[in-house]
Amino acid sequence: MSDWQGRDSKLPQGRLTACSYAVVAIVCLLLFGFWKLQVLDSEYFAQLAERNRIRSIPVIAPRGRMLDREGRVLVDNYPSFSVLLLREDAPLLEQHLPEIAEGLGLEPDDLRQQIDAARGLPRFNPIVVKPEATPGDIAFIESHRADLPLLELLMVHRRKYPSEGFMAHAIGYVGEVNEKQIEASGGKLRPGDIAGKFGLEKQYNDTLMGEDGMRRVIVNSLGKEVGRLEQKEAVPGHPIHLTIDYDLQQIAESSLGPQQGAAVVLDPRNGEVLAMASHPAFDPKDFAVRVSKEQWQQLNEDEAHPLMNRAIQAQLAPGSTFKVVMATAMLESKAVPEDFSVTCYGAEDFYGRQFKCHIFGKGTHGHVDLHDALVKSCDIFFYNLGKRLGIDRISFYATQLGLGKKTGIDLPGEQEGLVPSEAWKERVYKQKWFPGETISVAIGQGAITSTPLQLAHTIGGVAMGGQFHRPHLLLGAKDTDEPSFPISEATTEKVSQGMFGVVNEAGGTAHLVHLDGVEFCGKTGSAQVISNEGKARAGHVSGKQLVDNAWFVGFAPRRNPEIVVAVLVEHGVHGATAAAPVARDIIKAYYDKKSHQENKAYTVEMQHYEMDGAQTPQAVAAMVQAAPEPAKKDKE
Amino acid sequence: MRTESKIRDFDWPLMVPVIGLCAIGVFQIWSATRGGNLDGLQWKQLEWIAIGLVGMLVLSRIDYHAVLEQAPVLYLISLGLLILVKLLGETKFGAKRWLNLGFIHLQVSELAKLIIIVVLARYLSELRTERLTLADLMKVGVLTGLPTLLILLQPDLGTALVIVALVGAGLFLAGLEWKHAVAMFVLAALLLPAAWHVLKPYQKQRLTAFFRPEETSQTSGYQTQQSKIAVGSGGIRGKGFGQGSQNQLGFVPVRWADFILAGLAEEQGFVGVLVVMLLYLSLLLRLVGTAQLAGDRAGMFLVMGVAAVIGVHVLVNTAMVIGYMPVTGIPLPLMSHGGSSILFVFLALGLVMNVRLRRFVN
Repeated sequence: MSDWQGRDSKLPQGRLTACSYAVVAIVCLLLFGFWKLQVLDSEYFAQLAERNRIRSIPVIAPRGRMLDREGRVLVDNYPSFSVLLLREDAPLLEQHLPEIAEGLGLEPDDLRQQIDAARGLPRFNPIVVKPEATPGDIAFIESHRADLPLLELLMVHRRKYPSEGFMAHAIGYVGEVNEKQIEASGGKLRPGDIAGKFGLEKQYNDTLMGEDGMRRVIVNSLGKEVGRLEQKEAVPGHPIHLTIDYDLQQIAESSLGPQQGAAVVLDPRNGEVLAMASHPAFDPKDFAVRVSKEQWQQLNEDEAHPLMNRAIQAQLAPGSTFKVVMATAMLESKAVPEDFSVTCYGAEDFYGRQFKCHIFGKGTHGHVDLHDALVKSCDIFFYNLGKRLGIDRISFYATQLGLGKKTGIDLPGEQEGLVPSEAWKERVYKQKWFPGETISVAIGQGAITSTPLQLAHTIGGVAMGGQFHRPHLLLGAKDTDEPSFPISEATTEKVSQGMFGVVNEAGGTAHLVHLDGVEFCGKTGSAQVISNEGKARAGHVSGKQLVDNAWFVGFAPRRNPEIVVAVLVEHGVHGATAAAPVARDIIKAYYDKKSHQENKAYTVEMQHYEMDGAQTPQAVAAMVQAAPEPAKKDKE
Repeated sequence: MRTESKIRDFDWPLMVPVIGLCAIGVFQIWSATRGGNLDGLQWKQLEWIAIGLVGMLVLSRIDYHAVLEQAPVLYLISLGLLILVKLLGETKFGAKRWLNLGFIHLQVSELAKLIIIVVLARYLSELRTERLTLADLMKVGVLTGLPTLLILLQPDLGTALVIVALVGAGLFLAGLEWKHAVAMFVLAALLLPAAWHVLKPYQKQRLTAFFRPEETSQTSGYQTQQSKIAVGSGGIRGKGFGQGSQNQLGFVPVRWADFILAGLAEEQGFVGVLVVMLLYLSLLLRLVGTAQLAGDRAGMFLVMGVAAVIGVHVLVNTAMVIGYMPVTGIPLPLMSHGGSSILFVFLALGLVMNVRLRRFVN
C-alpha cells in the first residue's frame, strides 16, 4: 500500500458543509438572475424578441393612371424591382460590400456612401441601393441567395410615360419626396416615397397616389424571410381622366415639331384643355427612377429651357395678337367712335418719335378702319387707337379679359404675365408713365407680357361674348365658371368678323392657312424680343436669340366657338408662317374628327331606332327624356 | 479487498438528476436543430450518453485507488496529449482543441480536466496535513500550472479558468490558510491587467463586450443580448417546445451547445429553468454528500474535484446565458451537445460512484 492511502486523516467536514451552502447560494443567485429576466423584465424582452423576428416590408401601391377624355391611357405603370440591402449584420455587410457592388454594377464608393447616408435609420430598415434592378441584377441576387443573404428584391410600380416627351410638361413627373414635401404632407409621406414633382403628377398627387400596404414577415437571424404574417393590402391610387384629346395632342406635338414654343387648345365653352404642348420637351422617364446630378444640371442649364412649360410659364410680349383686346376695348369703352379710321403711311410720329408699321418699306395700308386694321394688322391704326384710349383704359380691358393674372389652371407653376399701367410703373419703377409707352403697348409690345394659355383663355372669352371659364385638365372639374365680363353682341360680332377676315379675306395676314368649310378665325402676331435700340446695343448676342417670336391665336367656328388655339413659336419671325400653320393643323384635325364622329353617331342613331322594339323599359325612358324638342310637341 | 457491488448499491439518487438533465438536454437539442442542417443532432447526443453510461459503469468497477495509483502516468499522458494537440490538433473557431482519433474528435482539455482531478486528489491526499504551507501551495501551483498553461495556449481560456477554480476548491478542502487565500487573491488582482495583454483579440473582444455591450452590439455583445432576449421573452411559462422565435430563427448563438439553456429558458420559461436548476442543485449536493461519506481523503478530493468542475461549468455557463459573465465557450454539463463533454462528465461520475461504493471498505 502506498503512503497516500489510509484513513488516518479525517475529512474536513466543516469546509465540505460550507461547499454545500456555496452551491445553494450560487443556484439561488442564478435563479434570481432568471427571475429578473423572465418575470420582472419579461415584457420588455418579449418586445425585443418580436422586433427581432418581424420585419415590415412595404407593399407599394400603384399610382393612378392618367387617361385622356376618351379613356385612352396616357400614363400607365409597369412593374419593376428595387434592390434592397439588409443592414442588420454589419460585419457580414462589410465583408461582402465589394462583391455586392460588383454584382450590381455599382461603384463601391457610391454604395458605401449610400450606406453611410442611412446610418441614422433603424438597422432593421433595409435601404434601396438600386431603384431599378436589371435582369442581370435579379439573376445575381437570386443565384446568391444562400451565400449573400443581404440583398432582397422589392416589387414596385414605375411610371410609364409616353415616349419622346409627348405632353411631358402637362403630365409632369414623379420622384422621391424631399424633406419639404414630407413636412407639408402632415405625416402622409415618408422618406423614400414616390410623389409627383411637376405637372399633373404634382397637382393631383393626392388622388393619384395610393396608400402603401405593409407585409409583415418573419425573418431569421440573417434577416432572411422564413414566414409571413398578416398583410395590409395596398390601396391603389385613383386614375384621373383628363380633358386632353389624345388625337389633338398628337397633332399639336407633331405640328409644333422641333420648333421652340408652345401650343394650347381650349374648349372656350367650358375651359377644358384639349391639348397642351411645349417644346423642347424632356423625357419624364429620366425622372421616373432617380435623376442623376449631371442630367439635372444639364436640363437646367440648357439654353432652350426644356424643363419650362412654355404654355403656362413663357411670359412674352403678345405682339399683334393683343390687337384683339385693343379692338374689344375700343368697341366696349365707346371712347372712340365705331367708325374710327386712320390713314397708314407706313410710319407716324408720336411724342417726337417715329413708330413704324410692319408694312414700312414695303408700302402703306392707306385708309383703314377697325376691320381692315385687324385683317391687315395695321400698326398705325392701333398706335392711334392706343393714344386715344390711354394706358389705363387699355390696362382695364386687358385685365378684365384675363391678362396679367393667373388663369387658375390646375397645373403648378403658372405665371401671370404683366399688364402695365400708370400705377404699376409708379409702384415698381417709381417713375411716371411715358405716353410713348402706351403706343408700344397698343400693338402688344413694351412692358406687356402674357403666356400662351392666357392668350387662348382671353381670345376664347372674347369670342364667347365675355364668358370665361377656368382652363382645366381634369375632366369634370367643378366651379370652372368665372365671373363673366359681358361684351355686347355687336362687339363680339365685329371682333370675330375681323379675325375671320385675317384668315379668310384675300388681304388677311393669315390667308395662307384658311380652311375650306371651316369658319376659322384668328390673329397673327410677331413680337420683338428686344426693342430696336436694344438690338443695336446687344450687337454681340447671337442672332437667333433676337429674332422675333411668332404668335397665332385662333378659334372656330366664328359664332359659338368650340375650340380656341394659341400657338407660340419662339424666334419664328412671322406669326402667319411659323405659328398659324400649327393652329390650322389642330383646327383641321378637330373638324376632321368631328365630322367623322358625326357620321358614325348618325349610323349608330339609325341602328338605335331600328332596334327600338328590343329596348328595355329603362332604356326607352332614358331615350324619351333625352329626345329633342319635337317629341314634346308630339305629346301636346 | 473488493466487494461485489450490486445493482442496488448503485447511487440511484445521483442518477435521477443525471438522467433527467440528459433527457431535457436531448429534447432541447432536438428543438434547437429541427429542420436545419443539424437536424437529428439529438440522436448523436443519445449515442454519447449511452457511451458515457457504459464508461461510467466501467470506471465505477475499477477501484479508484488503482486509478490514483496511475496518477503520475496519467499526468504525463495528459501533458503529452496537450502538446500533441498543439502540434497536430484540428483548428475550429480559431483554437486548436481537438484531436482526431478516428471515432471521436477528442477535446483534449476535457480529458485533461479529468486527469487533473485525479492528480490533484492524489497529491493533496499525500500531503497528510490539515494546514498547507507556502511550499505546498507552490508545488500544487507548478503541478497544475503546467497543463493549465498548455490549455491556455490552445487557446481555451474557459477550461483554464475551470481548472483554476478546481485547484482553488481542492486547496480550500486541503486546509488552505486564510492569509494565503487573501494573498493569492491580491496577487491575481495585480496580475489581471498584465494578463490582458496576453489575451487573444477575440477574448479581449468578449471581455469588452461584457463590460461595455453597447459598443459591440454586433458580435459578442450581440450574442449576450440575443441570449438575454431569448431568456427574458420566455416569461414564466415559456413559449412551448419548438416555439421560441429566438431559438428557432437562429438569434440564439450555438443554441444546441453553449447556449442551450437560453433556448430552454425561452421555450420552457422560468418553470423549465427552475426544474433544471433544482436538478443541478440536487446533483451537486449529492456529490458533496458523497464526499462527506468518502472512505478516505483521496476519495473526498476526487468527488469534490468532480463537483467543483461540474459546479463551475454550471455557474459560468448559466451566468453567461443571463449576461452575468462574458462569453467563454463553456458547455453546460450533461445538457450541451458535445461528445467529449458528455464523456467527461460520465467518467467523472464513474469515479464518484466508485468512491461511494467503497465508502465502507478499507
